[in-house]
Amino acid sequence: MIKVGVLALQGAFREHLQAIEACGAAGVAIKKKEQLEEVDGLIIPGGESTAIRRLIDQYDFMDELKRFASSGKPMFGTCAGLIMLAKNLVGYDKSHIGVMDVTVERNSFGRQRESFEASLDIAGIADDFEAVFIRAPHIVEAGENVEILSKHNGRIVMAREGNLLGCSFHPELTDDYRITDFFIQMIKEAKNLA
Amino acid sequence: MITGTDRVKRGMAEMQKGGVIMDVVNAEQAKIAEEAGAVAVMALERVPSDIRAAGGVARMADPRIVEEVMNAVTIPVMAKARIGHIVEARVLEAMGVDYIDESEVLTPADEEYHLNKRDYTVPFVCGCRDLGEAARRIGEGASMLRTKGEPGTGNIVEAVRHMRKVNAQVRKLVHMSEDEIMTEAKLLGAPYEILLEIKRLGRLPVVNFAAGGVATPADAALMMELGADGVFVGSGIFKSDNPAKFARAIVEATTHYQDYKLIAELSKELGTPMKGIEISTLAPEARMQERGW
Repeated sequence: MIKVGVLALQGAFREHLQAIEACGAAGVAIKKKEQLEEVDGLIIPGGESTAIRRLIDQYDFMDELKRFASSGKPMFGTCAGLIMLAKNLVGYDKSHIGVMDVTVERNSFGRQRESFEASLDIAGIADDFEAVFIRAPHIVEAGENVEILSKHNGRIVMAREGNLLGCSFHPELTDDYRITDFFIQMIKEAKNLA
Repeated sequence: MITGTDRVKRGMAEMQKGGVIMDVVNAEQAKIAEEAGAVAVMALERVPSDIRAAGGVARMADPRIVEEVMNAVTIPVMAKARIGHIVEARVLEAMGVDYIDESEVLTPADEEYHLNKRDYTVPFVCGCRDLGEAARRIGEGASMLRTKGEPGTGNIVEAVRHMRKVNAQVRKLVHMSEDEIMTEAKLLGAPYEILLEIKRLGRLPVVNFAAGGVATPADAALMMELGADGVFVGSGIFKSDNPAKFARAIVEATTHYQDYKLIAELSKELGTPMKGIEISTLAPEARMQERGW
């Protein structure tokens, strides 16, 4: 059975684990870096990116996360998770894990009162995905190998680069599991290649 | 595209899970909190223990303090409005505060009615001591709950009582047959539809944090052990000798609340925690948890 890890330091990891189980895969809450070895793919959930980053450093996760990404195992970042994956962040000198060739701007739609729901057309996944955006970031610029999967009002909100998938919104907050299912298919493909 | 939906408002609190929300009174404290890994800050004019000491009427903070804190950090900023004070809540919403705490720590503006929180785009957190109170607040549109505890005392006993009570009542409700729920609603003073929703989900439909008396890393871990989704720390941090160290220790203890060796390590030499107040020595009118209806 496919095993999907969810980085469980802070944020909405329970919802991702439920979505993984609903898709027929096994979900593993990753609290220690050693657990990364046992999973085939990893989701970095929504939460507060500054808090998640602090905990990544505190528990010495960073090198292992970079290794995980370069090993070819799929990684999926939602909201704060997308910020973790991005190579460049608007207004900051340094990135976090910094593996996905995109430039991301934090809180780019405004504060909480500007948070919203919108229906998205996502290439190859859905043409009517109800997406929940909460103090969301967006992708300002994408490298040449990055496939843009969805835009909202002209802003890139979902993209894929090889084994890396990222989105601005929170698929885990809805009962629509098509995106989780897509990520599990990515993991299956990566396993077949290995 | 729609703003202010239940999913957007409740979802915001979901993103705070497993984290610590810290009371701050200025930009400098807010930066210390963010640096320590807080998931949000609560901008206040005075922390609860100082409100207690000062006496008199406690109101919404000076908007300049709230603004200063909002400009200092990138994490969400919460602020408190008095129970039932429609205008304080509207002012905070207009300023762009990310979450409003309709809080018993401030002197209530209305002794009968809470805010109709469904009217607002900004989400609200409210205190509760039992399931009836929790369900009434959810019914009014609260998107997040917290235990009331007894704020500004540094004594965890009331927060423990409230967390245990709510969770025990949720467990009981979930195992009831549906024909028993209307009577349970009557007994609890809770909206029937909210109780049905809790039964269907098997849990509260919103996040429930611990608040009111968390003074040490072990207190924070205890509340997580009892089923809290996260922790509010009020007077504890900036009343301690070394706030930065103390704040980091609380964050770590909340994340790894079952790693007891770690909690031992990070509890070492934190200096004197706030002195604390034994609850039975509080005059009935000094008990903030009795405020709210």
